[in-house]
Amino acid sequence: MSTLVEVRDLRRVFDVSKPWLERTLARESRMLLKAVDGVSFSIQRGETFALVGESGSGKSTVARMVVGLLQPTAGEVMIDGVSMTAAADAAARRRLRRRIQMIFQDPYASLDPRWRVGRIIAEPIRAFGLARGDAVTARTGELLRLVGLDPADAAKFPHEFSGGQRQRIAIARALAAESDFIVCDEPTSALDVSVQAQILNLMRDLQDRLGLTYLFISHNLAVVRHMATTIGVMYLGRVVEVAPARQLFAAPRHPYTRMLLDAVPDLALSGRPRTPVQGEIPNPISPPTGCTFHPRCGLANDRCRRENPVLRDGVACHAVEEGRDMAMPAAAVTA
Amino acid sequence: MTEPILSVRGLSVEFVTRRGTLRALDNISFDIARGEVLGVVGESGAGKSVTGSAVIGLIEPPGRIAGGEIRLAGQRIDNLGRDAMRHVRGKRIGMVFQDPLTSLNPLYRVGDQLVETILAHLPLSPSAARKRAIDLLAEVGIPAPDRRIDGYPHEFSGGMRQRVVLALALCAEPELVIADEPTTALDVSVQAQIIALIRRLCRERGTAVMLITHDMGVIAETADRVAVMYAGRIAEIGPVRDVVQDPLHPYAVGLMGSIPTLAGEAERLVQIPGSMPRLTAIPAGCAFNPRCPRVFSRCHVERPEPIARGAHQVACFLYDPASGLPDPRQRAGVSPEVGA
Repeated sequence: MSTLVEVRDLRRVFDVSKPWLERTLARESRMLLKAVDGVSFSIQRGETFALVGESGSGKSTVARMVVGLLQPTAGEVMIDGVSMTAAADAAARRRLRRRIQMIFQDPYASLDPRWRVGRIIAEPIRAFGLARGDAVTARTGELLRLVGLDPADAAKFPHEFSGGQRQRIAIARALAAESDFIVCDEPTSALDVSVQAQILNLMRDLQDRLGLTYLFISHNLAVVRHMATTIGVMYLGRVVEVAPARQLFAAPRHPYTRMLLDAVPDLALSGRPRTPVQGEIPNPISPPTGCTFHPRCGLANDRCRRENPVLRDGVACHAVEEGRDMAMPAAAVTA
Repeated sequence: MTEPILSVRGLSVEFVTRRGTLRALDNISFDIARGEVLGVVGESGAGKSVTGSAVIGLIEPPGRIAGGEIRLAGQRIDNLGRDAMRHVRGKRIGMVFQDPLTSLNPLYRVGDQLVETILAHLPLSPSAARKRAIDLLAEVGIPAPDRRIDGYPHEFSGGMRQRVVLALALCAEPELVIADEPTTALDVSVQAQIIALIRRLCRERGTAVMLITHDMGVIAETADRVAVMYAGRIAEIGPVRDVVQDPLHPYAVGLMGSIPTLAGEAERLVQIPGSMPRLTAIPAGCAFNPRCPRVFSRCHVERPEPIARGAHQVACFLYDPASGLPDPRQRAGVSPEVGA
């Protein structure tokens, strides 16, 4: 396997200060929110890389920077050897654009209600000049069939479809540009479970048939387990653990990952003992010093409060590094 | 057997629209015993929330209760007048909704809202009410309650707000709490805290809970019994372990199979073709028949009534001896393989 996407030390800071006058009158300083704070990972061709985390962990911000919807404050995104940020690669980047598409969470907001489905799907085909005239219609019909809809649906408007069908249309649009890398930001969290199953199955089928690479963003660990080959766990703008999916669920290492896995309500009714979860994700405007997870962590010591751990060997945690985590029983998640 | 706290019999709710009358709830019956958590699951539009609203008398026109009765500890409450119902609501039935921000008034301190509710329902002096409010906040796990009681809702985080709403629902020691998607807006780590809290309160106080959610995981962790709803009807109701691990109704079988779990990686999720019918186009006979992998002629004509099977009740002709089918459990061993 070869690397398709390489993210290096990606950072994004949002200025959330009040307007200048108000700020000056109230004698307040600027307020900066580090939404993404030094994230690095790489995605292999044909795999599904998932980013999980709770709200505010920065996973969507990473997704938006990877597709180029948002400029990073620092750091670099390389896709197929082409930098998405460096000015020198502008021409190569334009060719690359076609191959990167995105599927959004809310299929009610991501489709233009005044456009017919056929026009929605044909837009990327026309924009990239991939076909002309009747060939566009033929291709649109083919794409609709590919996602399990009828070619005749091209004449309808989005409001005539259910949520799951709309998400199928969004997938067809993403595939229209003959893309091979698709960023999916919570693609099923607005859908009911039975419809979610349809969409997840469809996404996996398409991956097998077309050799797609997915960056899959979700807060739902069970969905991620079902879809991902590699998983990155995010907490307050940082990746705290990266591991192959099976390994992450069988033997989570970072205390936050363990806590997260332990907190998921499970259908298995195993009656497994639970470590009570402590506290909530802190305010990202004034994150804790050192390791940002230390106020909620049972293993924190002075070093954790002072020093920010770096991602080493797939996990960013002083306790794991020093072998202090052995005292804590491994989370009782069935492998 | 002791009398159930809540008893619903043949409840139907209709909405009158320009396009005709829509039946949001169609002849449903269930009981909740003292200290029991009944989970109500289903996909959007199945009628879960309408059931909750009907019980607390919050069906607003153009909706109306078209039939059946609702009894709270033996007393009929579906035909009470506005004022009488207002006394039941809050005092005898507490409510928790999905979004804690809409349940709290942003302009009043949390303590004032609690004290106001306590004074409305209990014969206490204002200072005793304030003390009770502090005790309640402590009980739902808010740190430093004597200080936080004077905070405004915006000063609390999402999980803490939901705790305040829970305290508000428990103010008057209700016999029944209706919780409509109480954890849906919360992150998983906080969700687990709220679930544990609901379970503990219910055990300690003997409060019955009707827990409405679309999340089967939450139900599996919290509920004693579960009702699976589909298109305004109860498809299956029974003890949570049985329904989750060994569902009978083909819809429940498909629903459980379609949920990805942490335990194992299924190659493919079971998928139910199509989606739930709109209320304007509910098929004749069994509402699930167009999507059912095991449909037969009778399903298109007759509507199945709940059939008792062990501790379950299941509304499906497969389990009706009158259908003259071989025992379905033997064939149901394999989960239905369904194509798109």
